[in-house]
Amino acid sequence: MKSFTFLASLLFLTIAHFQLQAQDDLLSDLRSDQNVDPGYVPSIFKSTRILNSHSVETLHKGNLDFRISHRFGKLNSGAYNFFGLDEATIRLGLEYGLTDRITVGIGRSSYHKTFDGYFKTKLLRQRNSKDGAFPFSMSWFSNMAINTLRTDDALLNANKSYGYSYAHQLIIARRFSRFFSFQVAPILIHTNLAETNQSNDAFAIGGGGGFNVSKRISFNIDYVYRLPDNRYKPYTNSLSLGVDIETGGHVFQLIVTNSQGIIEQVFVPKTEGLWSNGGLFYGFTISRQFNLKKNKEK
Amino acid sequence: MVRWIINTSVFKLITILVAGFVICAPAFCQAYKGKNGKVKFFSEAPLENIEAVSNEANSVFKATTGEVAVLIPIRSFVFDKTLMRDHFNETYMESNKYPEATFAGKLEGGIPENVAEDKVVTVSGKLNLHGIIKEQNIQVTLKTDANGFLNVTGKFRIRLIDHKIKIPRIVFKNIAETVEVSFELKLRQTE
Repeated sequence: MKSFTFLASLLFLTIAHFQLQAQDDLLSDLRSDQNVDPGYVPSIFKSTRILNSHSVETLHKGNLDFRISHRFGKLNSGAYNFFGLDEATIRLGLEYGLTDRITVGIGRSSYHKTFDGYFKTKLLRQRNSKDGAFPFSMSWFSNMAINTLRTDDALLNANKSYGYSYAHQLIIARRFSRFFSFQVAPILIHTNLAETNQSNDAFAIGGGGGFNVSKRISFNIDYVYRLPDNRYKPYTNSLSLGVDIETGGHVFQLIVTNSQGIIEQVFVPKTEGLWSNGGLFYGFTISRQFNLKKNKEK
Repeated sequence: MVRWIINTSVFKLITILVAGFVICAPAFCQAYKGKNGKVKFFSEAPLENIEAVSNEANSVFKATTGEVAVLIPIRSFVFDKTLMRDHFNETYMESNKYPEATFAGKLEGGIPENVAEDKVVTVSGKLNLHGIIKEQNIQVTLKTDANGFLNVTGKFRIRLIDHKIKIPRIVFKNIAETVEVSFELKLRQTE
């Protein structure tokens, strides 16, 4: 009889054990059913710009981004000029996501009264998850700028296309962790009218990093290295430091840079300020995104 | 001799029962499974209402024990505004760290015999959201339809603070502190 009791209690324990395990088993059962696509990394940088340079990001389909970029005057221009705050240059931009992968934009800079239009397309996207996933994102960026500054120069007035310039850039970026993203971006600038003894083409390599200190704030660094054959006096390499503050729909960027121009044609080959003697421009960008199209996926 | 018989018959019984649990013979465990269930959440706030839908909820219901489990990939939620989806995943739900929401529970008061008509029951269990587990009692309506599907519908409310989903001050007005979750699951008997 003893062994009967023993076996009965064994039976009871077995059932109790199964009952306890069952709920977790159901979940793991579901998990094995699920073919979860880990998806793409949602964003590598918070904005379509690192600071001055374009980031790998494009806008979502149907999103309109209104950007106000502002640069004060030179920090070292003295108390008379209120350390640069007396003057400012500005770029107003309207940019739109035609698809999730194609963004177009237009802008107007007060610096040299320049209009610009650009096209950016996301060629490859970094995927989530650990092993075997696609490791980086890649975008192509091209723009055209028209300098409309009035001049008395008969030659310039005779040929309007002298004011045109172009930029082409390949952007390769990776989000390494929740805290750090980095991109490398070779760029070619072509200016129809070059300064005396200078080439019409300028090659450079941009490097940009973002350090997320919280979910909403990141510190960014943006550097453009001009290749040795493309350096002309008195210009220097562009180095910008800044902060992104993201509030869902808005991104505020605060920036300190040695470049006065906000578009590639200016800050890549024609950065004038020197970090060493305070030739710096303080500024900010406000980006506000409007959703013009309802998401059809839903 | 008698002892020997008892022992063997008990042994047989145990063997059958254990085999029943392990193999899950049809008569022993009637399971219902559902794929592509719809889960929606809605948050009402002064500035704008936020609504998102997932059509990728997987669910299972064990009729013998009354146990239920539901699993939803966080990334499967779709919003009206595409940018919201990024923020939802990155800032609020941290879907890299917590890729799924799960619910595991049990029908209160046993299993209703006939669910041809709408039958309201309470399911109590654990909701695991944003890595934090909270007890939830959910009123559910059960109904089998003409095609043999078991339809499970209902709604409940989640307090974001319970699951440590933080709303920054600056966007406070955009997001309500509680959201309403509603679901429509269609389960089919397996085996």
